[in-house]
Amino acid sequence: MATTTIIQLFVFMLAGFVGVQTINRIPPLLHTPLMAATNAISGISLVASLVLAGSGDGILATMLGTIAVACATANIVGGFLITDRMLSMFKRTQTAVTENTRGSASSAGSPS
Amino acid sequence: MSQILIQVAYLFAAFLFITALRSLGRPDSARRGMQLAAFGMAIAIAATLFQARIVSYEWIAAGAAVGAIAGYPLGMWVPMTAMPQRIALSHAFGALAATLVGVGEYIIGFSGGTLVRSTVAALCLEVLFGGVTVTGSLMAFGKLQEILPGRPLIFRGQNTINALLLAACCCCVVWLIAFPAHVVIFSVMVALAVLLGILFVLPIGGADMPVVVSLLNSYAGLAAVATGFAIDNNILIIVGALDGLSGLILAIAMSKAMNRSFANVLFGAFGSSDAATLVAPGPEGEMSSTTAEDAALRLAYAQRVIMVPGYGLAVSQAQHQMRELGDLIEKRGGDVRYAIHPVAGRMPGHMNVLLAEAGVPYDKLIDMDEINERFVEADVAIVVGANDVVNPAARTNPASPIFGMPILKVEDAKSVLVLKRGKGKGFSGVENDLFVDPKTSMLFGDARQSLLDLALQVKVA
Repeated sequence: MATTTIIQLFVFMLAGFVGVQTINRIPPLLHTPLMAATNAISGISLVASLVLAGSGDGILATMLGTIAVACATANIVGGFLITDRMLSMFKRTQTAVTENTRGSASSAGSPS
Repeated sequence: MSQILIQVAYLFAAFLFITALRSLGRPDSARRGMQLAAFGMAIAIAATLFQARIVSYEWIAAGAAVGAIAGYPLGMWVPMTAMPQRIALSHAFGALAATLVGVGEYIIGFSGGTLVRSTVAALCLEVLFGGVTVTGSLMAFGKLQEILPGRPLIFRGQNTINALLLAACCCCVVWLIAFPAHVVIFSVMVALAVLLGILFVLPIGGADMPVVVSLLNSYAGLAAVATGFAIDNNILIIVGALDGLSGLILAIAMSKAMNRSFANVLFGAFGSSDAATLVAPGPEGEMSSTTAEDAALRLAYAQRVIMVPGYGLAVSQAQHQMRELGDLIEKRGGDVRYAIHPVAGRMPGHMNVLLAEAGVPYDKLIDMDEINERFVEADVAIVVGANDVVNPAARTNPASPIFGMPILKVEDAKSVLVLKRGKGKGFSGVENDLFVDPKTSMLFGDARQSLLDLALQVKVA
């Protein structure tokens, strides 16, 4: 097995641990935005599609690559837009906001 | 040199992605984090365009234009109620991209005679996960959008056939690792994976879709990981691992909330245990129905009110009416909270989004574990369109098919008001003891109309 593969396995394992730690901290309140967000972010597979579509390795590979580019782009554009749209709907209670700003203002002021 | 710069750009993008997921831990930081992630994505894509392997840009531009035009409506026009099927559809897109890249890379390697065993192994996994996810997600989309019948479709020997198909896929993978240059076997494997995706979702009913959609999310992530191994790209491995784990964690959380083992959701259709329902002693007593006037009077003078929205609320599109009623009660000095069961909607966290859209502040949306302690203090709990998730039999009656399911402890409230269309049963077909409890009053009728009536009466009370 090549050294790069071993390094990649390390990357995979560490990313997995980071993922479990990070995702378990996300409250159920935001699970739908989380799903939309991971969808958008996984559109990063566009980088593989771009290489295939642009490498000029025969018409078949180029066509497959182009469709893949379209699919991945749709996920990125749609995914980030809908996540933002959803997150913009989550608002605090008005009174809670003023309490919060008052609280943070006083805490910011106290150390000085 | 440029190669190193590209990798640095990927590293930076990966950092921003992980930061974005961390920011999703809190609602007030989430939006900013995701905007940074979008920025990271732009950097990664821009850097990729300088890749040495890319020689022409016409097709890239064409594909990107089509994708952007398709993506805009998917982001801006899809209503929040349609979120589960929209997510299912985008899993299909993501997996299709991965599958096509896998097939394309295999073709290039085959015609160039440069196929290496480790690469082929990764490509095989990529195409397998991708293929299953493409058709599986399309099936889930069809069921959620009600293009396909939502009920589970079962035939004899289903699990055996699926197992055989999976075994055949594994044989193909082993064969291809032994003899990499074999286009026929590769094509057979793609076809089997695509077929397996259809058969895998076929027996799973509409109500179990939260688990399936989460699981397909996980598969799409694993396909991305395999892509990363195949084309030596670390950012794909990182993002795929995050995506795959997030899907898996959500799928497990969902099956737990539905009181089902993972295997039971995937391999056994609900309701096949009818015998258990018959053995379970039915609830004793009569439901007592009430009028909007009486119920509103109680609400108007209640100190603490907990709203319990269920899927029936989303079906009748009554989120706004519920929020208006809540606002009116608060204006009169009452304290209103919303109790959210994990499977209240059609996907993880769906009900939170629907209520946030209706204008309910998120600090009033309380998760099951936290709100369950507060029911004791509540003067009135209003159950709208929920049934199984508030059934006390889940804790008291070992003979009930839903025994053990985590539920909202609505029966602890001082009084309960249930808004219900008719006297029917929940989707699991189980009778509900809560509805015949002496402190429960039933208000029959369409949820939306009942909430409107209540709001009207609270206003004049």
